[in-house]
Amino acid sequence: MHTSTLAELARKLRAKEFSVTELTKTLLKRIETSQPKLNAFISVTGEQALERAAAADAAFAAGKAGPLTGLPLAHKDIFCTRGVKTSCGSRMLDNFVSPYDATVVEKLEAAGMVTLGKTNMDEFAMGSSNETSWYGPVRNPWDPKLVPGGSSGGSAAAVAARVAPVATATDTGGSIRQPASLCGVTGIKPTYGRVSRYGMIAFASSLDQGGLISQTAEDAALVLQAMAGFDPRDSTSVDTPVPNYVAGLDAPLAGLKIGLIKEFFDKGLDASVEKCIREALVVYEKLGAKLVEVKLPALPLSVPTYYVVAPAECSSNLARFDGVRYGHRAKDPKDLMDLYKRSRGEGFGAEVKRRIMTGTYVLSAGYYDAYYLKAQRVRQLINQDFKRAFGEVDVLMGPTAPDVAFEIGAKASDPIQMYLNDIYTIGANLAGVPAMSIPCGFVRELPVGLQICGPHFGESKLLNVAHAYQKETDWHRRMPAAYEPEVLS
Amino acid sequence: MSAAGWETVIGLEIHAQLATASKIFSGSATAYGASPNSQANLVDLAYPGVLPVLNQEAVRMAVKFGLAVDATVAPRSVFARKNYFYPDLPKGYQISQYELPVVAKGHLDIVLDDGTKKRIGITRAHLEEDAGKSLHEGLPKQSGIDLNRAGTPLVEIVSEPDMRSAKEAVAYLKKVHTLVRYLEICDGNMQEGSFRCDANVSVRRVGAEKFGTRAEIKNINSFRFVEKAINYEVARQIDLLESGGKVVQETRLYDPDKGETRSMRSKEEANDYRYFPDPDLLPVELDAAFIEAVRKTLPELPDQKAARFVATLGLSEYDAGVLTSSKELAAYYEEVARLVGQPKLAANWVAGSLAAALNEHNLEITESRIDAKRFAGLLGRIVDNTISGKIAKDVFEAMWAEGKDADAIIESRGLKQITDTGAIEKAIDEVMAKNPGQLADYRSGKDKLFGFFVGQVMKATGGKANPAQLNELLKKKLAG
Repeated sequence: MHTSTLAELARKLRAKEFSVTELTKTLLKRIETSQPKLNAFISVTGEQALERAAAADAAFAAGKAGPLTGLPLAHKDIFCTRGVKTSCGSRMLDNFVSPYDATVVEKLEAAGMVTLGKTNMDEFAMGSSNETSWYGPVRNPWDPKLVPGGSSGGSAAAVAARVAPVATATDTGGSIRQPASLCGVTGIKPTYGRVSRYGMIAFASSLDQGGLISQTAEDAALVLQAMAGFDPRDSTSVDTPVPNYVAGLDAPLAGLKIGLIKEFFDKGLDASVEKCIREALVVYEKLGAKLVEVKLPALPLSVPTYYVVAPAECSSNLARFDGVRYGHRAKDPKDLMDLYKRSRGEGFGAEVKRRIMTGTYVLSAGYYDAYYLKAQRVRQLINQDFKRAFGEVDVLMGPTAPDVAFEIGAKASDPIQMYLNDIYTIGANLAGVPAMSIPCGFVRELPVGLQICGPHFGESKLLNVAHAYQKETDWHRRMPAAYEPEVLS
Repeated sequence: MSAAGWETVIGLEIHAQLATASKIFSGSATAYGASPNSQANLVDLAYPGVLPVLNQEAVRMAVKFGLAVDATVAPRSVFARKNYFYPDLPKGYQISQYELPVVAKGHLDIVLDDGTKKRIGITRAHLEEDAGKSLHEGLPKQSGIDLNRAGTPLVEIVSEPDMRSAKEAVAYLKKVHTLVRYLEICDGNMQEGSFRCDANVSVRRVGAEKFGTRAEIKNINSFRFVEKAINYEVARQIDLLESGGKVVQETRLYDPDKGETRSMRSKEEANDYRYFPDPDLLPVELDAAFIEAVRKTLPELPDQKAARFVATLGLSEYDAGVLTSSKELAAYYEEVARLVGQPKLAANWVAGSLAAALNEHNLEITESRIDAKRFAGLLGRIVDNTISGKIAKDVFEAMWAEGKDADAIIESRGLKQITDTGAIEKAIDEVMAKNPGQLADYRSGKDKLFGFFVGQVMKATGGKANPAQLNELLKKKLAG
């Protein structure tokens, strides 16, 4: 039952093929058995899950089940969950039990979904390989020597290994799409402001956006429907109606104008990955879409721009972790400065410290104009590039990542190489536009992701375009052999 | 205080706590004096994942202030983060406005000792959140943090360096204090810290164009301390400069017990606040319709009220200024004036005896032991000649002490004025008979003795003789 998509599970629950409790137990068991080799979870909330499963079964019995009732999911450990440890992958919050639920968690629980646990992630979502987690790296289900991508590596690996049908995730510079690509699953980063950030521990506020990872675009539509919407507790969430994503899935693609981002098909892109992407584009052509090359000249500046803006915001956002009110507190502080220095020094890992220092530097007196202000101006240019492109085409397509999954440790000591893994994903964050990654083939037996990007609030079109491809292909149904039911019960 | 040859230059940064029911970025209550941390929610405590949401009422109040000081209200203002670590600052940054404040370029007029007016420029007024409080008493080897105040809305009002003496600074501070209370945007309570100021003080040689190096005196919370702190600081700087030293740019604290300022931190030790626009909050965009709607809620402002008192009630500018120093005092005065029908008399008494009594007992007009109606009752007895102004002072004191009506006191003490000509003449005759020497002197040209006779007759009548009648009759009798 666990290889089923969320939509299939919903149908099967309705047809009473199994109960929510049975489904939940099966998945909890799979999480348990997969954990030693996958390390996708930081916390498993079995007890609460079974309680909620029983309530969902009761709702089914009473005929009060909604479209998402009883469907299991996992939350990235960046979302605050009441009464459950919310670590953000950091030693700093290893002892933090959130007293409240994030809006996303609240909404999905209200829809009747059953939370199985909290997924592993790069510390404070800073990383592209899941190696910066205090809880150790997540393994790529396709090959345990490889990284799953990051920062939402736990969510991507859990969905790829079919231990959770869907998992929430967040994307600041590619943290949903890059791991989705590296694990062979579907990931969507909605428009900035589409999903509430309340209760989502902030990394870079102007870039962070909650989304999800699933097997299919159809599943993404189902869950996004319940996640999206204005939240008065988040001033940056946008008060615009949420369309019916599921209803839009099957719109025909005839006449669709697909823009190919010229700057993405550059020398940094692996030739085999490019071949995969080009083949996917052929499928779209067959569906009646027209391919146009578009130029986004400022886009190559997105990595340096991002590595000014994101650290700047992070240096300030992470100042609250000072050992005074919650989180890691150094033992026997001599004085206030000692408390600050040791609590933060012990609580944060190397990558987080690197970014805090970078961010502190770019905001410092005398450097602000040269770095932060200039980065904001470049960000405007990138924004305009996207706007202009969407005046010409309906969606943009290209690779999600320059290559397939790499080995654990391969890039850990070279931050620049690591940062370049997000070269194709960062632009969407800087411009605030929605983007997806869907599986589109394999290179050296590892999954490749196709990135689809749309205009602001164009999620419906993105899901429609992704779904059309998934009706024609079965890349998204492929799963790693090590996690087939007969291998992993 | 300033020594010869030196000119003092002062600018003030006033922090006025806005009288909103809830905090500027969270729904917590702002009431003063609650038990520690009982008014701090997850947003105030800066829990992971929480976000600020702007309280529109705080914006409305800041705009109200801006309009009242004839300033420009920005169609677009931006909240920024001021980053520094301190335990009473839970987020590790204060949300404030930096490059784009909500209010810019206003002014207020103050009245100098010689009665002339001086215009003080207001550079800007911006919205920000207050910090919490660190508590050190009664906690050995530890500090307590009370975050009840964290997130309380403040408007910081920054003046131009336009003041030239501590007195001017106090006059300006009082003017702003009066104004924010008129506007009902701040309760003005200085003891509770709802209204406090930092003073930037420097001195320069008279005639010099360049400002001297300034010191900033932080967090002064009474009018008296502002004057003392500035005067101390001016003297310190002049002494320093005259003895060949240099003023260093620094932050200083005023110690009211020792009456001195002392160094807190130098410019070199100052934090680099790394201001940048807060990405959690959208820019505040105000359209003309909103600003006009706020303008319609402006009350009659102190200066407008004072001008009206001068123009239509015939008061002196001084009295008008005193009587409009608070909205409540002005309302009290207007009520008394209306009931008595003699605005000037009412002004003399309200600004005189009543103000003195309130001052002596450290009471606000709203706490006066004599309400407007009773006070008008007293003045009514002067108007209808039942008592003289002098007797009225005694009656006033009795009213203040006993809480009774004027009539009851006049009646029980027999203070009713003697207006019977015969009775007054009789008293005059007796005094003249008792003082033949003085009478002879007076008649031989010592006019000054007239006062002596007035006093003697008043004494004989227990002060109750109608002064005007007494004067007239006495003149006639003495003339022989």
